[in-house]
Amino acid sequence: MRLWQGGVRLAGWVLTLATTFAGLLAVTFFIGRKVPIDPVLAVLGDRASASAYAAARAQMGLDQPLATQFYFYVRDVLHGKLGTSLLTANPVIDDILRVFPATLELATLATIIGILIGVPLGVAAARRHNSAIDHVARFVGLIGSSMPVFWLGMVGLLVFYVRLHWVGGPGRVDPAYDDMVDMRTGSLLIDAALAGEWEVFFNAFSHIVLPALILGYYSVAYLSRMTRAFMLEQLSQEYIATARVKGVPEWRVVWRHAFGNIAVPLLTIIALTYSNLLEGSVLTEIVFAWPGIGSYLTGALLNADMSAVLGCTLVIGALFILINLLTDVLYRIFDPRVRT
Amino acid sequence: MTASTTRLARSASYRAWLLSPEPASRAQAALGQAYRRWRRLVSNPLSLCGLVVLALLVLVALIGPLLPMPDPTIQVLADRLLPPGSPGHWLGTDQLGRDILSRLVHGARLTLAIAVLVVVVVVPIGMLIGTAAGFFGGWVDRVLMRVTDIALAFPKIVLALALAAALGPGVFNAVIAISITAWPAYARLARAETLRWTQADFIHAARMQGASRLRLLTRYIMPLCASSVIVRATLDMAGIILSVAGLGFLGLGAQPPSPEWGYMVASGRNVLLDAWWVSTLPGLAILAVSLAFNLLGDGLRDAFDPRHGD
Repeated sequence: MRLWQGGVRLAGWVLTLATTFAGLLAVTFFIGRKVPIDPVLAVLGDRASASAYAAARAQMGLDQPLATQFYFYVRDVLHGKLGTSLLTANPVIDDILRVFPATLELATLATIIGILIGVPLGVAAARRHNSAIDHVARFVGLIGSSMPVFWLGMVGLLVFYVRLHWVGGPGRVDPAYDDMVDMRTGSLLIDAALAGEWEVFFNAFSHIVLPALILGYYSVAYLSRMTRAFMLEQLSQEYIATARVKGVPEWRVVWRHAFGNIAVPLLTIIALTYSNLLEGSVLTEIVFAWPGIGSYLTGALLNADMSAVLGCTLVIGALFILINLLTDVLYRIFDPRVRT
Repeated sequence: MTASTTRLARSASYRAWLLSPEPASRAQAALGQAYRRWRRLVSNPLSLCGLVVLALLVLVALIGPLLPMPDPTIQVLADRLLPPGSPGHWLGTDQLGRDILSRLVHGARLTLAIAVLVVVVVVPIGMLIGTAAGFFGGWVDRVLMRVTDIALAFPKIVLALALAAALGPGVFNAVIAISITAWPAYARLARAETLRWTQADFIHAARMQGASRLRLLTRYIMPLCASSVIVRATLDMAGIILSVAGLGFLGLGAQPPSPEWGYMVASGRNVLLDAWWVSTLPGLAILAVSLAFNLLGDGLRDAFDPRHGD
């Protein structure tokens, strides 16, 4: 019986994933067809002869009916073909695989910062409701949802790089250290450490620390707000009062009893933050000239390189959908209350 | 009796009328409710702060063109990069000699207009889809919510960027791009609110009196959803303003020479080392306005739903 239920639920998840992904494909396809830029002219240049134009058009499948074009599009995407970038002349998927590790490294570090600072801050704020630390947490959260990230990045660079020389400037590493380590994991920090190139490691660290802190600030703001709200709800429950009356030590009441109950929803929030940071790094990457998917996407945007733009949208969207679904699945597995 | 005590007595009687526990008419009840919410709202200093900032912003946006200021697009190359405090240019000038204060004031019009437009487009769509799904249930609910969930799962910023790039840069297209990514949240909210009320006794009573489904939906359910949607929209304004500024920063929003704040931040990047004010001041304006919307939104949430207050 349980096996049967599990199978049904699995089928439901697969169906959700499939329809959501199909929706994403439909949207990117629609955007691609609605661009005012003629894709044929974009490839051939605007001096192409009429016959060359027609041939290229037929070769790109643009003379087919829309439904057929969509079928071809879906087939290509499922085979990992996202078209060719006009800007780099490489297949878009290769470009994305090349730049994505940089984004992943930045977003991961930012999420770690968010967890290490945001969660304890939220717990402390909830424990001492309306105290100084609570006001600090609320202030951090408020500013975090009001501050334009690109502006914070620019001011940060101006103060900490230009004026104080505390951190490295834009980019992943100083040009002198370029290509000094083999990229194996894609994370420059890890690769440099593995290769024992500590000079490269510290240089790379001085470059990533500011963008990671700035991006991390937004996840600190969000995570501390959510943690605070969850903890406030738990700490006002009767089982907490019971535990205190029984003489359970305060740290145990907070971290075992109350925090244990918010761990699962918190996990889903952290996953959401992570997927938000993956796409939220777009503006940060531009300010810090960080060679990740955000910089690649923006370069493509400004040069009307639509296959690259849509390829990035598709890849980020697919990751987004996967992470969202995964959290949903985790939530259902770990939280007995939503088990049916 | 002096004039001032008479006025005092009259205002006290107005208040008593508004706060009367037994309102004699529908209007009195509605006004009394509004008055209580207003009192709760302004009793919180932070929300009052947000309200004042926004009121000032709206005022400036309305009367901006009448103020004695240089034209925001006029270039005086002799007056390039004057620091704040220069005579005639309180907040200095940018690298083309344009007055920054004047550009900020005109930019306020642009920012407010875009944010309001997005809300005006998004709220009715989300409300209609959400209330219809919650009210009719069954397959209508399943189809509408499936679509909403799919739209909710998309990456917002990236999709808005792709849309803005595909439609071409410009204010109107920025509104469309942001709206397409913003409506699902309202649909979810309106559906949740609708489900709360659909089975209420007074809805059943109205139905038995012969109210049509359309009437139930538009006259009973939708007004009940309005308060939470308004709160949500106010809090969302902050995010919308940040998105507008982000698009502008990338050159996908309003086009130069129009004084859009995000674009102003971007255009100051090249002179950041010599003239910090060109980028920093518009950034502060963005921060102040979205902060004000967040503060007001928090205040409204507490005022509409006292249980939420902490």
